[in-house]
Amino acid sequence: MAIRVSLLLLVFLSSAVVSFSLYEDQVGLMDWHQRYIGKVKHAVFHTQKAGRKRVIVSTEENVVASLDLRHGEIFWRHVLGTNDAIDGVDIALGKYVITLSSQGSTLRAWNLPDGQMVWETSLHSAQSSKSLLSVPINLKVDKDYPILVFGGGYLHAVSAIDGEVLWKKDFTAEGFEVQRVLQPPESSIIYVLGFLHSSEAVVYQIDSKTGEVVAQKSMVFPGGFSGAISSVSSDKVVVLDSTRSILVTIGFLDGDINFQKTPISDLVENSGNAEILSPLLSNMLAVKVNKRTIFVRVGGEGKLEVVDSLSDETAMSDSLPVADDQVAFASAHHEGSKIQLMVKLVDDLDTVLLRESIEMDQHRGHVDKVFINNYIKTDRSNGFRALIVMEDHSLLLLQQGAIVWSREEGLASVTDVTTAELPVEKDGVSVAKVEHTLVDWLKGHMLKLKGSLLLASPEDVAAIQEMRMKSSGRSKLTRDHNGFRKLFIALTRAGKLFALHTGDGRIVWSMLLNSPTKSEACERPSGINLYQWQVPHHHAMDENPSVLVVGRCGSDSSAPGVLSFVDVYTGKEISSSDIGHSVVRVMPLPFTDSTEQRLHLIADTEGHIHLYPKTSEALSIFQREFQNVYWYTVEGDDGIIRGQGMKSSCAGETADEYCFTTKELWTVVFPSESEKIISTLTRKPNEVVHTQAKVSTDQDLLYKYVSRNLLFVATVSPKGAGEIGSVTPEESALVVYLIDTITGRILHRLSHQGCQGPVHAVFSENWVVYHYFNLRAHKHEVTVVEIYDQSRAENKNVWKLVLGKHNLTAPISSYSRPEMFTKSQSYFFAQSVKTIAVTSTAKGITSKQLLIGTIGDQILALDKRFVDPRRTLNPSQAEKEEGIIPLTDSLPIIPQSYITHSLKVEGLRGIVTAPAKLESTTHVFAYGVDLFYTRLAPSKTYDSLTDDFSYALLLITIVALVAAIYITWVVSEKKELSEKWR
Amino acid sequence: MAPILRSTPLVALLVLQISLLFFASTLPISSGSEDSNTITGRVRIPASTAIGHAAKFSNIKVVLNGGQNISFLRPDGYFTFHKVPAGTHLIEVYALGFFFSPVRVDVSARHHGKVQATLTETRRSLTELVLEPLRADQYYELREPFNVMAILKSPMGLMVGFMVVVVFLMPKLMENIDPEEMKRTQEELRNQGVPSLSSLLPASP
Repeated sequence: MAIRVSLLLLVFLSSAVVSFSLYEDQVGLMDWHQRYIGKVKHAVFHTQKAGRKRVIVSTEENVVASLDLRHGEIFWRHVLGTNDAIDGVDIALGKYVITLSSQGSTLRAWNLPDGQMVWETSLHSAQSSKSLLSVPINLKVDKDYPILVFGGGYLHAVSAIDGEVLWKKDFTAEGFEVQRVLQPPESSIIYVLGFLHSSEAVVYQIDSKTGEVVAQKSMVFPGGFSGAISSVSSDKVVVLDSTRSILVTIGFLDGDINFQKTPISDLVENSGNAEILSPLLSNMLAVKVNKRTIFVRVGGEGKLEVVDSLSDETAMSDSLPVADDQVAFASAHHEGSKIQLMVKLVDDLDTVLLRESIEMDQHRGHVDKVFINNYIKTDRSNGFRALIVMEDHSLLLLQQGAIVWSREEGLASVTDVTTAELPVEKDGVSVAKVEHTLVDWLKGHMLKLKGSLLLASPEDVAAIQEMRMKSSGRSKLTRDHNGFRKLFIALTRAGKLFALHTGDGRIVWSMLLNSPTKSEACERPSGINLYQWQVPHHHAMDENPSVLVVGRCGSDSSAPGVLSFVDVYTGKEISSSDIGHSVVRVMPLPFTDSTEQRLHLIADTEGHIHLYPKTSEALSIFQREFQNVYWYTVEGDDGIIRGQGMKSSCAGETADEYCFTTKELWTVVFPSESEKIISTLTRKPNEVVHTQAKVSTDQDLLYKYVSRNLLFVATVSPKGAGEIGSVTPEESALVVYLIDTITGRILHRLSHQGCQGPVHAVFSENWVVYHYFNLRAHKHEVTVVEIYDQSRAENKNVWKLVLGKHNLTAPISSYSRPEMFTKSQSYFFAQSVKTIAVTSTAKGITSKQLLIGTIGDQILALDKRFVDPRRTLNPSQAEKEEGIIPLTDSLPIIPQSYITHSLKVEGLRGIVTAPAKLESTTHVFAYGVDLFYTRLAPSKTYDSLTDDFSYALLLITIVALVAAIYITWVVSEKKELSEKWR
Repeated sequence: MAPILRSTPLVALLVLQISLLFFASTLPISSGSEDSNTITGRVRIPASTAIGHAAKFSNIKVVLNGGQNISFLRPDGYFTFHKVPAGTHLIEVYALGFFFSPVRVDVSARHHGKVQATLTETRRSLTELVLEPLRADQYYELREPFNVMAILKSPMGLMVGFMVVVVFLMPKLMENIDPEEMKRTQEELRNQGVPSLSSLLPASP
């Protein structure tokens, strides 16, 4: 009954085009937005002579940002393009932030206070090479001190004022790799040291005004050098030879080159291969050898001596000049649950300027990077602040023995997301306090009424806003009746799990993945995917739900996998295991055992399938369904899709009874000269479809083809696989297929001539919507394909149904030839797209909305009725009543239906939707560099009252009605009395 | 329905056209040899920003070919794409609060990277690569001002209205009826007996 009512309501509501829309004062009521920058690569402090102390950082997410050093807030940031990785960042002239990106070919200057780009220079580059940015330190505005950039085989001198290239020097012919650029102050000669073919050291002396080579010296080193170099002073560098066992000191000042060899075995006993660490220390270098970090002092004549050694878990900063010509550096390492931060003088390692030990959450891992900065305390001594990057990518500022602020930058690189329920509110645990008396409640609602009638004063508006933000315990840690409170579990690239509360976005718990064996080869596994392992709802109610994290020891796909089971309520790891085989693919099966643990199959590189959990019960469940388990593999490079089925237990090869072999059932081979697979997609396995039938306007019945075994494949001509602009319309064609994954039958094929990728698609119920680029019109296009089942089309006759002569109860087999037909339609769309998702609700009754993540990092909610193939130019009256929108050539972009309203989810990568318990509502979580969450009601909240429902108006109405009844009663009494007197 | 169609493309177009009248057509906005052409253009935002958040150039991104390259604006609104091969490209401008039409840019291989630009939404060719928003986007619904009619139209308003009608108009109507006729009807009804609900409904099958 309830469903019928809601259906009626739905029909009623769908008669008007509902779009997501928000009043400005509703921002933050249902949504939250978190801004991140990613794992910091470089940091430059800007504290001298600055009112606002800030630190400029560049990150692995290609973000350049200015952070407030006091609170860690973002002053400004810019997310560069995905292939525009930042190589170096520095501050020039005290007012510009200089970034070098795209392998040393793009140099940009940003205004330090507000982040406005000042100039941009494209530098010539001929080959890929390492890049180097050298910014003069002095603040003098002078063309004599240009910014020197090496990259792509060219050395450029660029004016810091306007980005003009003053001169460039071509080193491509010689194959010269610049290692070090030295600009001695008060001199117009630049020293450029580099290696030629890794065996010859060359020093160029270049006039900084003209770029002319004044002098050139070179010297061959017979052993050859190996990459890393450490410059210890203005005229000396130290490099390893190609055997990595001899340290070579190269002195190059005054144009002369001299080598001085010191075998590492002279410094340390039993030395293995050495590695020069990156920190720049003056007159000293750090070398990693035998899992220890040794500090080697470079004497005046290039003599080397070991002065200290530390464990290799120590992170070090570059050296920093402090007062009186002294140079200091910081090091940080773990000691138990604390971090030891030390600042020492480089010249005298026994002088410890600062020693602090700070309590640190063990789920942050070890220290990865340290950046230090000094300040003058009130007693004129040196104080130090350290910016540290932890293993989980978080960024912390340490000062005076405490964490001043921290940023969870791991959340900028979310790789997978799943949802989890919160615990049920138990009796006796009184979470709901009696917050208001009746008077307060009424007052609140009177305020709201005033607000909704636009009679409220600014103070009232502020009061309303505050009341709403605090209201209704939306951040409570228990389940609510509507299912609005949930946890989003996010796995990050650093291998850390975060549980985020949907109410306010706070981190409920976080956990860094650990290796089960603690072996050296696999110190920290990298997480790949997240799966819901145990979701108790019928049986095993007293068990906590858990998620499965599939990880891998190393980046290679053949590396052994690691499984970790994490309790969702507490965030504790229940167990973890080294599974001893690789992980290619994880397939959750639609079966659960008696404790509601979901069965999972994991395919390895050797073509075996492993069943988890490894219990006999799971095995018996799986044996029952053994013949009905199918899957497919996509080999994108070869253009082959293979269907696989289970063959037998691999008892012959191993004794493992949970291991199975597979057989190939079918293959679909795409011609490699004309088609290249660029996108494949299936329906979400947990999607709910409410009804298979669809009533069309002429009272006709259509049956949706809702097979779960459909695979959407998009291919383009190999020439059109590149970017837009690389191909002409005649050369490129886009072909999409719908393939049954059980039989390999191609159910539908649709070809778009003159179109190319990238294809972004979404597959739900019986329809696919995909976005691609039409080269002829030079516009983006969106096409919808709906699939209907023909074999059930005859079941329209009532008599057949009454007499039981229908085939509705006939079992559906994938092996029977499906009779189906498709309807499709295409529309223009005015924006590039990064990702598309679709809303999902608990029972699938509510109409759907497409969530389109645009390249502008906004998310547009588009009603599915705009992409309905039944749209016609002039819909009949009946069709209009059904809600069919007149056909237009392009899809509307309605500003009010941006669910991100005036926010951006920078670097948007994915959108996840999850149903709430309330049928009308769906959770939407978008991740990229930023995180964004909101709750959507695609057909408005037809099954509950909205937050701004005016209870006061209701009360007033009731009071008015009661008063009216009373008045009429009195009046009629009087009238009756007077009538009787008459 | 009404708030959805609230967009002012006309105004923006007008601004665009007027501004174009004053611009001399100096088209060649490209330089360089083969495969390394440069596209330079300019983004202009109407100064009269009626909407709340003022447009800042520092938050505007210019995207080439759906994300292949991303460029930022200089203080004067100019942007540049370097090393663009000859061919047909797509430039999109993303600025919060504004909607820009994507621009089709043809970089000629023969004429030393001569650039031709067309707005794909309106199919209008540009004599100069000056991009202006088609419309300003308003992301929020506007609160309707206090309105007596809106309250009366709401379900509760209708209830109150109905009550008022019943209370004050029904007695008036009753008064107008002739008492004798009233009596006759009542008697007729009594003779017929109380009409049952089933007799009112059509015969059910």
